[in-house]
Amino acid sequence: MLRSTLLIAWKVLTRRKFFAGVSLFGIAFTLGVLTVAAALFDQVVGARPPEVNAHRTIGVYSVMLGGEHMQNNGPGGYALFDRFTRGIPNVELMSIHSMPYSVFSYQGGSRRKLYFKKTDGEFWNLLRFDFLEGGPYTEKDVAEGRFLAVINEATRERYFAGGPAVGKTLEADGQTFTVAGVVPNLSLLRFAVGADVWVPHTTSRSTRYRLESELIGGYTAFYLARSKADIPGIQAEFVSRMKTVPLPSKQYDRIVAVPETVLQNVSRNLFGNRDAVASSKPILIALALFTVAFMVLPTLNLVNLTVSRTLERSSEIGVRRAFGASRGALVWQFLVENVFLTFLGAAFAFVFAGITLAVLNRADLLPYMQLELNARVMAVGLFLALFFGVFSGAYPAYRLSRLDPVTALRGGAH
Amino acid sequence: MNLATALKAQETPRIVAAAPAGPPAISLRGVEKVYRTDRIETVALQSLNLEVGSGEFLSIMGPSGCGKSTLLNVMGLLDRPSNGEVSLGGRVVSSYRDKDLAALRNKEIGFVFQSFHLINDLTVVDNVELPLLYRTMSGRERRRLALEALDRVSLSSRVHHFPTQLSGGQQQRVAVARAIVGKPRLLLADEPTGNLDSAMGDEIIGILTELNERDGATVVMVTHDERQAAKTQRIVRLFDGRQVH
Repeated sequence: MLRSTLLIAWKVLTRRKFFAGVSLFGIAFTLGVLTVAAALFDQVVGARPPEVNAHRTIGVYSVMLGGEHMQNNGPGGYALFDRFTRGIPNVELMSIHSMPYSVFSYQGGSRRKLYFKKTDGEFWNLLRFDFLEGGPYTEKDVAEGRFLAVINEATRERYFAGGPAVGKTLEADGQTFTVAGVVPNLSLLRFAVGADVWVPHTTSRSTRYRLESELIGGYTAFYLARSKADIPGIQAEFVSRMKTVPLPSKQYDRIVAVPETVLQNVSRNLFGNRDAVASSKPILIALALFTVAFMVLPTLNLVNLTVSRTLERSSEIGVRRAFGASRGALVWQFLVENVFLTFLGAAFAFVFAGITLAVLNRADLLPYMQLELNARVMAVGLFLALFFGVFSGAYPAYRLSRLDPVTALRGGAH
Repeated sequence: MNLATALKAQETPRIVAAAPAGPPAISLRGVEKVYRTDRIETVALQSLNLEVGSGEFLSIMGPSGCGKSTLLNVMGLLDRPSNGEVSLGGRVVSSYRDKDLAALRNKEIGFVFQSFHLINDLTVVDNVELPLLYRTMSGRERRRLALEALDRVSLSSRVHHFPTQLSGGQQQRVAVARAIVGKPRLLLADEPTGNLDSAMGDEIIGILTELNERDGATVVMVTHDERQAAKTQRIVRLFDGRQVH
């Protein structure tokens, strides 16, 4: 049955090559653009090394000090996390690290910009980097204020001509670090973990970041829950602890900070109550609605093309009805045909997306951006193709299946 | 030797289920069919009572527009009567749901149309397999039955051809093979020789006669051709939607 349906679908497609081309172009373009968007989304929030435990990791990406007339937003302060959020039950690991910031290096006689990130030792336990050489600095190294650095592959290439770097020194921001390890390049779209160079907190020029009054200050904290189910409890405990934080001035009456996923953070800021833990569903629903809206025009085009071909297929429909096809069987047949068409479009879409992603990666819009057409993105693309096929095939399938068999046999589809 | 005689001479298996003794193959009681539009009401069939016995070969004749094809469509469960009762093998089927009617058509009825209605995108054997797609069976079994039906109409050498590569007579033989592949009890033929020359028409009538005589299939044929109708066991004549003989 399936073979026959697919065979007919192929024959119908190739019968009118121009229309087939128009249909396939519309499908491939639509799915291609959405696949590129999915690759971008995957680059930002998809679980991938070093964030292999993303499903049970939450982070505090922003802190807000609020008052009647004042509001101060930004990444949290080191002291806020260090003093008030340690020891939360069911947190397996906790790490405090800075957002990436740029420094200049004059090593080798030229001025180069590098993105630095200050971390603790737990950073390397919570995240799983695949070291190309050497290894991370430890909590003990951090406590002792050792000037060690982990660098990425690109930095090794620039400063050490791609040769072994461990044990060699790197001068940046007027300080000299000994390279402890080298890790693969990580896109700065993964802003919470990516950088060119990672160094211990304790190499900061000042200890001001440790002051309790610095509630906002360029840091983020990650909490690795023992299990995903522990996350709501951790969030509740964190929020309750925030209520005990002394506020730096009478201008403020509250501090809002929530450990959450990136999606929850976006959702809370766009749609939710900014003072409470938000669900990531609103942002996912918004993305789904955007996707559907993007598909509406090509869908109408495809529906139109499919329905316009009914006239030439009315005899076939009449014959199938006469020989025992129920309306349900015809709906199934036309849906499968349409899904076949959109899957064929998806094949072209993947080629289109692959080329687009390669061009975007080469354009180097953001450091180390490596948009990929990986299995997860392709699965999204195939799901969208299936949805597109069913979405655009439902009405024509329904309409064709309602065709009166006698009228259809006479060749009158309308 | 014509094809029917040649086929009789062959030791081929019965391809149409033998007609059981018992209720008539199809029975119509007080059947009316009225087509209504906003302004016009057209009566296509009125007060029609007709019984077709199991194993009978019946012709329906009459002038154009007298309701022959409508009657055949009602008998074939493709069209519902406006009034009256249709029974198939003793079961009243007028009130069956679409799904059940589809299943009945699939198992009990085979159609042969004047303009063949083959699907030009499919090969001959794929066309013949079509009714079996709506049954639960393996692809291998489906192919076996289709080849057997094509052998029955002497088209074994054309199985992988496309309909457009065949003559009109050959196309109608493919249509007959498609009609009998599911071993139906009832064959309904709507002017099966209408688009064929007399020699090819004779071939088709020969095959239908052979299916009726040897396999006991009930055959109902609409025709304008008195010569072909004379070869059948009974002729029913319609005029303005009424049975006149």
